[in-house]
Amino acid sequence: MTSTLTPVRSKRSALTKGQLPKYAPYAVLGGALIVGAAILALIGFNPFGWGLVSAILFAVGLVSWSAAVEGARRAKDKLATCLVIGSFLVALLPLVSVIWTVLVNGIPGLIDPGFLTTSMNGVTGAFDNKAVESGAPVMGGIYHALLGTVQITLLATVISVPVGLLTAIYLVEYGNDGRLAKAITFFVDVMTGIPSIVAGLFAAAFFFVVVGPGTKTGAVAAVALSVLMIPVVVRSSEEMLKIVPNELREAAYALGVRKWRTVLKVVIPTAISGIASGVTLAIARVIGETAPILVTAGFATSINSNVFGGWMASLPTFIYTQILNPTSPSNPDPSSQRAWGAALVLIILVMVLNLVARLIARIFAPKTGR
Amino acid sequence: MSKRIDVKDLNVYYGDFLAVEDVSINIEAKSVTAFIGPSGCGKSTFLRTLNRMHEVIPGARVEGEVLLDGDNLYGPGVDPVTVRSQIGMVFQRPNPFPTMSIRDNVLAGVKLNNKKISKGEADVLVERSLKGANLWNEVKDRLEKPGSGLSGGQQQRLCIARAIAVEPQVILMDEPCSALDPISTLAIEDLINELKDQYTVVIVTHNMQQAARVSDKTAFFNISGTGKPGKLIEYGDTHTIFSNPVEKATEDYVSGRFG
Repeated sequence: MTSTLTPVRSKRSALTKGQLPKYAPYAVLGGALIVGAAILALIGFNPFGWGLVSAILFAVGLVSWSAAVEGARRAKDKLATCLVIGSFLVALLPLVSVIWTVLVNGIPGLIDPGFLTTSMNGVTGAFDNKAVESGAPVMGGIYHALLGTVQITLLATVISVPVGLLTAIYLVEYGNDGRLAKAITFFVDVMTGIPSIVAGLFAAAFFFVVVGPGTKTGAVAAVALSVLMIPVVVRSSEEMLKIVPNELREAAYALGVRKWRTVLKVVIPTAISGIASGVTLAIARVIGETAPILVTAGFATSINSNVFGGWMASLPTFIYTQILNPTSPSNPDPSSQRAWGAALVLIILVMVLNLVARLIARIFAPKTGR
Repeated sequence: MSKRIDVKDLNVYYGDFLAVEDVSINIEAKSVTAFIGPSGCGKSTFLRTLNRMHEVIPGARVEGEVLLDGDNLYGPGVDPVTVRSQIGMVFQRPNPFPTMSIRDNVLAGVKLNNKKISKGEADVLVERSLKGANLWNEVKDRLEKPGSGLSGGQQQRLCIARAIAVEPQVILMDEPCSALDPISTLAIEDLINELKDQYTVVIVTHNMQQAARVSDKTAFFNISGTGKPGKLIEYGDTHTIFSNPVEKATEDYVSGRFG
């Protein structure tokens, strides 16, 4: 029996000869960090420089070690891996930094009593001065801005979704790649690139002409936002309608179903999950717009629940004005605390919308399973 | 409830390209007619002209007449939707509606057209159609489950059930077994044999044994070269086509000398 067993030779198999040991990257990383710290200590230590120098040392060290032991092909593989992971970290860095900064600065504002339930109506610089000098709670909140953001975005969605979805249906089901369809596709592409302030100016000018000079309401802002939203909705719905298999349309036609019924009852239900998540992402895209809202809805410190009349606040404009024109010019800290709190609420809103999009996609997705 | 189809001098075009040239054929009611021929010879294209499904492809058009019991499908003012509700179709790949349950798939022809139907009538229709497609026993306990959860062969029979639920005069089948295993193919072939008691069945197939097994009459299509139009070479009793064809090309094809 023993003769049939492979004789125990050296510890490492012949098949893994000429490879770096498993601990190699960690060893190089440790070395790079230490050497990096040493270099930085000579020229003055800072964490950013330490990370950068260590990363370069790590890449150079690992690749040259690999080249020496494993040969050129493995070394190139290691270099590519370093580049890919490095790019990933570079891309991740601002994201983590933004979330961290907003969390750290925003939580004190958010947990302030009344932050979500009161407006800035009647909150003057005197309150802020008192809050800074005697430690009284920071007054005022974002209720009016939250209300404005929700109303303006909702109205913008109500305008954009039918227009965008019907446009997408025309392009995919009826356009036949004709001249009109091509023109629409071109202009939708152009609209995607419109700077948001231009959309705001368009809406402001449009209502200036139609309603009267100086018309600033939530509805004007909603129109401006829908100019930004429609191309996104068209694009995403178009893609979703395109991937509905033609076989399903043919199956419906072969049953003697009319085209519009086929679109309404077969094509759209099949694509609805993608369309719904596309719409949600379009909302997330415009909910943080500042410039078009400033020129169309103005700015308010009190609650305005009428989207068709009067100036209206929104979260982005609230942040903007709180930072730029603090309620108390001599003590801007309470204002910036409110602004960070509003920023955190805005990020949470967008995050919730993204989660809702995933949820919708899952709920509406064509059912599988036995 | 089945009608005959007479085709007179039919040319099928895709834009300027003549895909099928000068086909004249008489398809008997309550029979199974098979179209055989090499790939690209236009048999599927021709089949789709029989219920105006080829019009779905932009640029496709026909010249000539297709008579359903004497009424021209391509006559002025004829609504393709009316044509298709009389002449049903089963496709090469099973395509149940993924958003619908098995029951709703069977009722699709009724429900998508917003016809009112009571629950009792719907139950009867579902059971009759699924029994007609030999699928009832396999799915009767899971009618509310999605149709996409069935096996390929079951899905194809579900599509047949969906087609017969609208009670057409004619059923067209475009290579209905090409994506299926031999057992499912056998189930479909048995079904075709039963269907011809009530319906006119036209089937396109690449499988000559299948044509020999299921059809009463066989039409052989061929193409003389790439870019040339497909033509009907020979049409006759299946037995004659396979044992004693008139044309040399037919004999070469059915005996496996080409194609």
